[in-house]
Amino acid sequence: MAEESILTDEFLRQLIDVGEADVLVGVPTYNNAATVGQVVQTIRAGLLKYFPRERAVIVNADGGSRDETSNLVRGASINDLQHSTDLNALRTLHSISAEYAGGPATGTALRTILASAELLRVSACAVVSPESTTIEPEWIERLLRPVYQGNADFVTPLYRRHKFDGLLMSNLVYPMTRAFYGKRVREPYASEFSFSGPLAGHFLTQEIWVNEVGHTGTEIALTISAITGGFRMVQSFLGVKPRLDARSADLIDAMRQTVGALFWSLEPNFSLWSSKGDSQPVPTLGGEQEVTLEPLRVNRKRLLAMFRSGVAELEPVLKSILSAPTLAELQRIAALSEEEDFCYGDELWARTIYEFAASYHKAVISRDHIVQALAPLYRGRAFTFLVENRDASGEQVEQNIENFCLTCERLKPSLLELWNGKK
Amino acid sequence: MREMIVHELTQATQELVREFARFLPRLMVMLIVVLVGWVIAYLVKAVLRSFLRLIKFDKLSEGAGATQLLNKAALPSSTELVSRFAFWTAWLGFILVGVSALGILGMQEYVTRFFVFLPRLLVSLIFLFIGLLAASFFSRAALLWAVNTDMPSPRLLSSAARVLITVFTASAVFEELGLADSTMLFAFAIVLGAVMLGLAIAFGLGGQELAKRFLEARFSPEKKEGKEREDELSPL
Repeated sequence: MAEESILTDEFLRQLIDVGEADVLVGVPTYNNAATVGQVVQTIRAGLLKYFPRERAVIVNADGGSRDETSNLVRGASINDLQHSTDLNALRTLHSISAEYAGGPATGTALRTILASAELLRVSACAVVSPESTTIEPEWIERLLRPVYQGNADFVTPLYRRHKFDGLLMSNLVYPMTRAFYGKRVREPYASEFSFSGPLAGHFLTQEIWVNEVGHTGTEIALTISAITGGFRMVQSFLGVKPRLDARSADLIDAMRQTVGALFWSLEPNFSLWSSKGDSQPVPTLGGEQEVTLEPLRVNRKRLLAMFRSGVAELEPVLKSILSAPTLAELQRIAALSEEEDFCYGDELWARTIYEFAASYHKAVISRDHIVQALAPLYRGRAFTFLVENRDASGEQVEQNIENFCLTCERLKPSLLELWNGKK
Repeated sequence: MREMIVHELTQATQELVREFARFLPRLMVMLIVVLVGWVIAYLVKAVLRSFLRLIKFDKLSEGAGATQLLNKAALPSSTELVSRFAFWTAWLGFILVGVSALGILGMQEYVTRFFVFLPRLLVSLIFLFIGLLAASFFSRAALLWAVNTDMPSPRLLSSAARVLITVFTASAVFEELGLADSTMLFAFAIVLGAVMLGLAIAFGLGGQELAKRFLEARFSPEKKEGKEREDELSPL
């Protein structure tokens, strides 16, 4: 009865008014007045257009916004939409909004949405980011339909992205999740995803809620939970991924939410990932990940300078995390005077991540400090990726990412050696 | 005269024998207390050593930076050191109890003072360990923050954090031990004042750029955000 403790009285009252539902779209918010109105309108349009016969509900779990977020969600009225378009619902489309307890935390918001889905006994539930300004009504169908028709338990998105957008995702989170858990889920940390009613129940029983990942990095923890639980997964192409939001632009926060949660997951799932071999593809709907190539202004020199200063200044910290040969190699490339000679290659980067993962497991220093110490090294890797793919086509970029993924899979046994070893 | 001397000698000898006879049981008691104390202290040491190994105390100590200090001083590991300390403290306590059983005048007072001092010693050792742990943690946190926000002189900032916390810890430890209270208070005030003055001068003269960036970030977020957007790609 996990939902009883997480849902506030106000939430419960509104959910009881709804009764039961077939599909649910959850929108976790906190001070998103600038974008949430448009997003909720599009969700409504998507539900009315593609699920007119189903009992649908939009659940807004708010972290105590001090702007107009909650009012905007409530104000995005179905009547306005019906008058302005030819969309009609044959069943009532409910929209509820309430504040969850405990202050703003994505994990708590997601848990509230999961508990709501379980309580309303929905068949399919989608989560949509309030910052996804590029959302179209079709996203709702592409997320919910595979689950609602019973073809999948968990749907992750595929996006059209700039080739240099989401470098942490393409250079660490995706390859490592794939290498660890053997599933080629391109967006393991997704701001949009969907799941079935039974999977919502499964998520609620997981131990993530009593750990840090239950507050931050919950998205990737849920993806990993779906993989390790053996649920049927599908990737669905949505469209353009909105670029740069204030939250994800902070590298350290982004690393805590993704790398921290990924490293954490290795502990409880050791028996699973240690026995996994090569990775398997995940079925995709509506096309593969797409890459755009428009010119972008990136300060590469700053990335390299921060890598160099990081390697030099953090030497005592890195000594306790990395093996002597890896650290020596990093110091060697950091000392190269010519930018053209600098290369933080696939093998060295994969080795670095595995050594960080093993040190995280052994907690050689504070685990949060281990994740933070990886940030300057990631900047060096990002520099190499930017230089190597400066003139590359979309296919070449994808091929380079694939090559790195294969390197990670090939070197995975080295993590197993480190895991139980002294160093 | 002769008889008197013999009598006095006999009496003195008898007195001595009586005194020795009175003292002998006390000596025996003392030896037994010391021996039993040694056994108990040894057991305490063994149990404590096992417990510390179980909770991976050496790892904690390494994190606190205490292991590096011990290595530099060619001392054994933290677990070993704490176990030995417990052994000697416990045994010394028993020795003092044993000695007090001898009934030597004035000894009782020292024994009482030792037992009154013992809890303070333990508390100050706990202060010291927590202080070292905090100094290590916060200096590393400062170093990582400074590196990841591209601040100048990250190690200086980290060292400043370590020194401040260590000085504060030392003053708390000495105060708890009751050693040279006023001297330590003055020393602490002087060191803290010197550090603050040094920082003020350093920031005033050399930190104009840093202060400018800090104020920009604090009061002009649009400017900062714009700059970051040009420099940094969205990681996710």
